[in-house]
Amino acid sequence: MKVLMKGNEALSEAAIRAGATLYFGYPITPQNEIGEYMSRRLPTIPGGAYIQAETEVASINMVYGAVSTGRRAMTSSSSPGISLMMEGISYLAGAELPAVVVSIMRGGPGLGNINPEQADYFQATKGGGHGSYRMIVLAPASVQEMTDLTVLAFDLADKYRNPVMVIADGNLGQMMEPVELKDSYPNNYDHSDWALTGAKGRKGHTITSIYLDADEMEDYIHKLYRKYGEIERVETRHEEFLTDDADVVIVAYGIVSRVVRSAVELLRAEGIKAGMVRPITLWPYPKAVLRKLADTAKFFLACEMSMGQMVEDVQLSVEGRRPVYFYGRSGGNVPTPAEVVAAVKQRM
Amino acid sequence: MQKVFERPKSLNDRPFHYCPGCGHGIVHRMIAEAIDELGLQDRTVFISPVGCSVFAYWYFETDNVQAAHGRAPAVGTGLKRANPDSIVISYQGDGDLASSGTAEIIHAAARGENFTVIFINNAIYGMTGGQMAPTTLVGQATSTSPYGRDPKFAGYPIHISEMLATLKAPRYIERTSLNNVANLSRTKRAIKKALDMQNKGEGFTFVEVLAPCPTNWGLDPNESIDWMESNMMPEYPLGVYRDVKTAEVKS
Repeated sequence: MKVLMKGNEALSEAAIRAGATLYFGYPITPQNEIGEYMSRRLPTIPGGAYIQAETEVASINMVYGAVSTGRRAMTSSSSPGISLMMEGISYLAGAELPAVVVSIMRGGPGLGNINPEQADYFQATKGGGHGSYRMIVLAPASVQEMTDLTVLAFDLADKYRNPVMVIADGNLGQMMEPVELKDSYPNNYDHSDWALTGAKGRKGHTITSIYLDADEMEDYIHKLYRKYGEIERVETRHEEFLTDDADVVIVAYGIVSRVVRSAVELLRAEGIKAGMVRPITLWPYPKAVLRKLADTAKFFLACEMSMGQMVEDVQLSVEGRRPVYFYGRSGGNVPTPAEVVAAVKQRM
Repeated sequence: MQKVFERPKSLNDRPFHYCPGCGHGIVHRMIAEAIDELGLQDRTVFISPVGCSVFAYWYFETDNVQAAHGRAPAVGTGLKRANPDSIVISYQGDGDLASSGTAEIIHAAARGENFTVIFINNAIYGMTGGQMAPTTLVGQATSTSPYGRDPKFAGYPIHISEMLATLKAPRYIERTSLNNVANLSRTKRAIKKALDMQNKGEGFTFVEVLAPCPTNWGLDPNESIDWMESNMMPEYPLGVYRDVKTAEVKS
């Protein structure tokens, strides 16, 4: 049965039904519905806990502690708060801990504003925190996907013992759409070989990310990168729309992909063979599909609510074989289908 | 022959990496003894901080986790809320707890989190090479206060036990010292008392231990004890700062 839910609340309920009954967070707009929802629901669930942390720095470290026990836990925030979590995300990756971080992007840099943007793409996909690590990044484009990709985020986190970010913008967090939720989602990963549950009848487990010896550290980083390579091979996800014969391939993710879908239809109605690639995983990025489309497409246009961040991954994927253009709006402005159509025509 | 002294079960036989005269090894052993005596070994999760004791997990035969600088009380909050049956020990130095981690320690205490913090105060940064700490005494020379800590621009030492004692939630706060046998015994008793209270679910417990750092103080171990007694102990009075059973039981 479908119910009408706000993106942030639907995501929260999906997390709970996936077994994430531990939430730690700090208020920041436009994602406050997540913490508020969790503070209502979790105290009523056996074993559930909600804490309003003193800072986002503390939130992510509470998650670090909670997931060390093998249980599912999450935090959420928005741009300035996600910046504060970057230290903790690096530690989660370094210690190979499964955690889910929800990022509901707002305008920036600095304090910016509370309007939707997509300007934290670099932060999410290119590091953000220190050191050689990768974080899986999932980008929903609807309220339904806010729930489905959150459930997937917990599965991928558990499967790979790695932090996973669900990244959306203020629009997706705030808007209401019909959504279908299952009563519960499987949560069957066995973490008994590393989780900190007390050394009863076994040797102690240790969770750490410090390796003083250069060779030891390098071996460990290589081990992490073998895992990241496997994730790139197996977990890359994208959607294509009318790309089979496309001369113009527009690349967009999240809320912008819905605008671009309309723009593609308008262009097709005018006889322009346009199509869209929507990355669902921002890391790993669907490089192979874009590289293949470069065989036939005349040019690419990356469309984002930023000054151009994902466009660099489009360029890397296309490897200079076709022109890659950019159209974006920022500050909280959402591009219209007509703007995207004009941006395509201008480059033809 | 009767065995009258042995290594605690909760401590393994790896030699400590600490400098001669350092306080960490002594306190590690006391914690392990207290864990053994209370029968908590198979429920304990020990949190190593950033600092000289970053590798404390090398020594404890328990579950172990290493935390980012200052964040151990937040990590402990997550561990304990996820698994209230565990015994969580956050072991932190003064740079970690009283500087980088002031927000985390104050709010964990204010929430009355049911875990135990052992705070090693040696008035200096150890691992990074003897820089000024928030607990460095006025006039004390360090590698970043080479002319002595000058309150005109570096302010005054922070008294963490006194600050935390202003909060309503903490169950037990005591400051002890490693300067003589009587105070070693008091330190051990305080650690055991704190762990016992945690085991009974009574709330947040905190033991501050004044400890020597001969290497970074530029003194030999005996001179370090003298320096502690004549300089640190007047600044940081020993005693029980809070022992009140008013906190709401967390687990």
